Order: sequence, then C-alpha cells, then structure tokens
Amino acid sequence: MGVEQKLGEMGVVTARLEDVVNWGRTNAMWPMLFGLACCAIEMMSAQAANYDMSRFGMELMRPSPRQSDLMIVAGRVSRKMAPVLRRLYEQMPDPKWVIAMGDCASSGGVFNNYAVVQGVDEIVPVDVYVSGCPPRPEALIHGVVTLHEKVRKEKIKDWA
Amino acid sequence: MTDIKEVSYEEIRHLVSDRALEGETMLLNMGPQHPSTHGVLRLLLELDGEKVVNCIPDVGFLHTGIEKNMESKTYQKAEVMTDRMDYMNPLGNNLTYVLAVEKLVGLDVPERAQAIRVILAELQRISSHLVWLGTSALDVAAMSVFLYCFREREQILNIFELVSGQRMMTTYFRPGGLWRDVPSGFEQAVREFLEVMPHRIDEYEALLTKNPLFLDRTLGIGSISAEDALNWGLTGATLRASGVSYDLRRFAPYSGYEQYDFEIPLRTEGDVYARYIVRILEMRQSLRIIEQALRKLPAGPVRSSNRKFVPPPRSEIGTSMEALIHHFKLWTEGFSAPQGSVYVATESPRGELGCFLESDGGPKPYRVHFRTPSFDNLQVLPKLSKGFLVADLVAIIGSVDIVLGDIDR
Amino acid sequence: MMSEKLSQHITSLVEKFEGTTAEFAGETTVIIPAERIESAARFIHDYLGFKFLSCLTAVDYYPQDEPRFHLFYRFNSIPEALSLNVRVPVSGINPSISTLEKVYSNANWHEREVYDLFGIKFEGHSDLRRLVMPADWQGHPLRKDYPLGYEEPQYTFNYEEISVRKPKGSRE
Repeated sequence: MGVEQKLGEMGVVTARLEDVVNWGRTNAMWPMLFGLACCAIEMMSAQAANYDMSRFGMELMRPSPRQSDLMIVAGRVSRKMAPVLRRLYEQMPDPKWVIAMGDCASSGGVFNNYAVVQGVDEIVPVDVYVSGCPPRPEALIHGVVTLHEKVRKEKIKDWA
Repeated sequence: MTDIKEVSYEEIRHLVSDRALEGETMLLNMGPQHPSTHGVLRLLLELDGEKVVNCIPDVGFLHTGIEKNMESKTYQKAEVMTDRMDYMNPLGNNLTYVLAVEKLVGLDVPERAQAIRVILAELQRISSHLVWLGTSALDVAAMSVFLYCFREREQILNIFELVSGQRMMTTYFRPGGLWRDVPSGFEQAVREFLEVMPHRIDEYEALLTKNPLFLDRTLGIGSISAEDALNWGLTGATLRASGVSYDLRRFAPYSGYEQYDFEIPLRTEGDVYARYIVRILEMRQSLRIIEQALRKLPAGPVRSSNRKFVPPPRSEIGTSMEALIHHFKLWTEGFSAPQGSVYVATESPRGELGCFLESDGGPKPYRVHFRTPSFDNLQVLPKLSKGFLVADLVAIIGSVDIVLGDIDR
Repeated sequence: MMSEKLSQHITSLVEKFEGTTAEFAGETTVIIPAERIESAARFIHDYLGFKFLSCLTAVDYYPQDEPRFHLFYRFNSIPEALSLNVRVPVSGINPSISTLEKVYSNANWHEREVYDLFGIKFEGHSDLRRLVMPADWQGHPLRKDYPLGYEEPQYTFNYEEISVRKPKGSRE
C-alpha cells in the first residue's frame, strides 16, 4: 500500500536504513519460551486461540535463548533462579529486549521477603513493565505493542 | 548474584551409578529452562545412550518464601499469598486455607456459601485439568488439543471474573464465607458452561483416547504399583490411576461434599495412559457435582454473622456504631485465634492439598505449612522414569501433573 | 467425637512409647519423645495400618530452647478412613532426629525440606542436601530468628534516602 507510487522504473524503494531494520525487527520478534510462575499461564492464554498473539508476529516461541530476541519474564524470580535468568539473558544474541510481565517481575509484588528478587531489573535491563497480578492477556499484548513502538523509534547511532 | 555455584562431582557421587565415573554413561542437565518441564524444574539425568539410568530432580527455582511471609501478615491478609502458590488452582488453595482458619477459630459457614464454594472449586478443577491436558498433549506432540483446551478454559475464567473481578488470583473465599454474593448472571453462565462442556470433553477424547500415536507414547509408560504409590505419598489422579481409592472429598468430606453423588474414577494400570483416563473421567464427575450444587443452590446469606471474625456489610457501617468498631478492628489489627494447631486437607486437582496452621493466640499465624500434592508426586519421578527413554520422561512429567509453584512455595 | 478405633490406636501408641496426648479443635495429637520416633513410626506403619504419611513439617518455638522445635507428622489409614497426628519435641542445641525414610519413602524430600528451612538434621538420611534454597545459602529461613528480608519500597519522594541505606550491589 502506497509503495506502488514510490516504485520507480527500476522497482526500487528508497527508505532509511533505520526504518527498514526496525520494521523488520518488530514484525518478527521471537520470544523465548520461558515461563516462571502464574504469569506463564496467562502468557499461554495469550498464545492460545482466544487472544492469538500471532497477530503481532509473535507466534514463534523459541525454547532456546540462542534463537530468541525477546525475553518475557513471566513470574517471580527467586534468588536461586536469578543467576540462571542472567545466564539465559547473556546467551541471547543481540539485539535483545526484556518485558517484565506482572508485578512480581516488575517489583517483587506481594512477596517482599528473603527469597524473591525485588524486580527483575536488578539483574537484566527491562524495556517494558506490564502491571497486573497476573496481567490479562490483553495487558501483555499491550506491553508487546508498546515494545514494538519503542523498537520502531530506535536510532542507528545507538545500535553499537 | 550472577555466579552459579558449580556442584562438584563428590557432592552427587551417591546419586549416580558407578558407570558414570568411568564415563560409560553421560550426565545431562535438563532445565531449569526447558519447554517440557512445566516450569522451572531442573533434572540431572544420567543417560545410557537414550535410556534414563538415574534422574535427580532439583527444585527450588521458584521458592517464594510464602510460608515465612504469611507469618508476618494477619489471617485475612495472608490469604492473598495462598492464591499464588499452586497457580493452576488458586480457588482450591483459598479453600484449604480458609477451612483451616475456620477450624482454628471455630467459625460457621452458611449453606449458600458452601454450595458456591463447591461449584467454583469444581470449575477450578476442570480448568486445571484443561491446562494439564493441553500441555501434556503438547509434550507428546499433539498441538491442537492445547488450543481447544484453552478455549474452554477462557469460559471458566470468565465465570471467575464475573464473580470476583479477577481471572486467576481471585481470593474470593474468605474465612466465614465468601467475599460477596455472586452476581445475577452467575447461574446462567455456569449453566451455559455445563451445556457445552460434555461435548467438548468428547472432542478431546476423539482426538486422543484412541489415537494410535498417543497410545504408543503413553501405554505402559511410567507405571507404578498401588503399594509403591502409597508408600511414596502419591495423591490425586496419579494415585487413583494405580488403583487406590483415596479422594479427600470422600475420605474426609468438607464444604458439604458428602451431599453430592459422584464417583471416584479408578484404574489399576498406573501408567501415563491410566492417569489420562482418570483425569478425563474426573472432569465429567466434576460436571455432575456442579450440576447438583447448582440445582440445590439455597438462598440466604453468604457470610457468617459472627462479627468477631467476619466484617459487617457496608450498609450496617453507616447506621451501627458497633458494626463500625468491628469493621475497624478487623481491618487494622485482625482477629485473634486461640492457641493451637490444625491440619485441614482438601482434594486439589493434583491430590491432597493440606494446610497446617498453628496459632500462638495472636492475630497472625505462628506457622503455616502447606502439604502440597505436586511435592510428593514429583518426588517419585526418579522411580517412574528409570529405564525409559528421554522422550518417555517428558510424557511422564506431563502425566504426574506438577506445578512448580506448588512444590517450591 | 473421635472414633473408637482411633482412640484405641492412640492409647496403644501412648502406652508403648511413653507418649502424652493433647486435644485441640476436636483432634487429638500424640506427643512422642524424639529418640523413639523411628520405632513408633514402624509400629504405626506395620501394626496400626497407617500406610500413608500425609504431612511432615516443623515448628520453631524460638527463643525457647528446650525443646525449641516440634516436628509434626500426620499419618493416614485409607481403608479405615482415620488420621493420626504425632508431634515430636526436638532440642534447639544441635537439633537432630532419626529419619523415617526407611518406613515411608516420601519422607525423603519432606525431611530434606525441613533440614533446609529449619536446620534439623535427620540421622541416617540417604541424601541430606538442601532442597529448595541454593546449595551455598547461609542460614535456615523458616527459623524464627532468621529475618524476613523485607526490602523497603522506594517511591519518588524517598528514593534517594532509601538508596543510601540499601546494601551495595543491589539496584542502582
């Protein structure tokens, strides 16, 4: 749509590299299949027929961190899990993003005690926080769309 | 924080066979991030080719400190934590906890509240079994079942949202009754569900029960005898598939389960397929119970009138000084329970969910412990999986239906 | 309203193992001395027919030292539909008790959990490692003298103030 007018005789479209790369990154994000607790069940609901997250190019959950570029931290992170989570994050290839899904991943939620990390942002950089305990699937989808918007605005000089 | 402590070979020496020392067998790590372990379970496998020689589960990756945290909250506030324990069965956890509190302080529950509790607890059982069915079928490579199961699950979650405003973590049962009465559309919504669900279960069965691919993956896999199952503390469908008729709803009825007419599905094979059949039949029995409870649903209050433990209705607060005082006392310092301890168990979708509650006479629980079904059910995994292939191990994990939040708490 | 059978079982248990009983909320709990729990468990399993260990946990009565801990066991007899509660006092100085693993296999993990969270040693246990906490964790979290580990929530108005107090290495 709209591209036809821009097609010259040579069939070439000119666009800014930033826009093309960001467009490519947003529409085929592969989240890591990584459920921790209650939120993972809502994440599964978001994947299932009623909410169908594949409408946003997100249907391909990769169990391997090597193949994924988005980590949805769905649930509380315990002190025992924290090093594992960090290692998984480091195993993901760049560029990579993190969504903290739910109150526990964002801030520790109701569990303010010895066992739970008070927010996953103590371990990995977080791009989008989704509130709710657990968030509805719509809320997760909203978080994903917000992340897409953020990625679309990324600048070439920040890519490093 | 990012250091992972390496476990030396000496520490696990007693758990693996001598062949591992000579390098004949291979030690392989499965999890904690693995699609088939249903959460953050880590298994250390000793493999001879593809055959499992030893399986050493490592849990605790979801340890949340719920038991300790509940000690620092009043009885009402602590209930919020119970939802998040076994996250497939939040209402069942609430039920166990409130039954324990009610037994501790000697609180009565009106008939209507009990019937609604039964309806919702059975709906929760079905929704939990649906998640189990979808994910364990996914493990043995039947993808579409998952999509169908979650369709019906959404219908149940809509009912929960209708009554409590939340899809999963409802905290709807309170000591002495319910948070509030169900809204007017409740009975209609449950009836609609009762109407479609039997056909939907037929659909799942059409996909799996006689499917040769499914039979190949499940028949004769991971079997356990009745005696062993009992000795290992298995409960729920995993125990009943081995032929022991132990269901807390019959063994020690609560919330008026003795009034309902239902069967306890039993199989004797004790393998993965038997567990599947038992759970499918359980869903049908749950529908029967819901129907009976809905038919006799009595009118009346849904909360006990004992103002020492149950807050007064909003309407009274404006007119009665005493009600205002009770309300203030209950929501600031909470109620005190007599010194002593109780143990209450209910039948969760996974088995015996027990709550050990001890009070020192104050407004906060002195000690709370949950005896959770997944804890014992997972413990037997090394025994179940010995000698089977890694692919069978995945089917076995699916069939014992564990929830890691339930194990680690 | 305890059933007659259960009261017979309790009487025989009390006589044989120098136990005492306590009543609360319509249930009787048998208190058995720590050194006799293994033989008592065998008796409960083999002669009284309680084949199912349903719950095993501990309670900490800190700062009281003698006994500091109580272990709580619950046994079920499925054919008779009976449940039996047993409590065992354990001293707070080098707390240890013999394992029930050889009688009830599922005591294995329950005892590991109690060891992990309370620091009670189980003599003769085949695999006494920490169960839920990391292997290098210090202390036993469910003891009453172990702090809850509460972290102050930071808001915009007191963010700086709390940041100063926070231990190093946590959130910047």
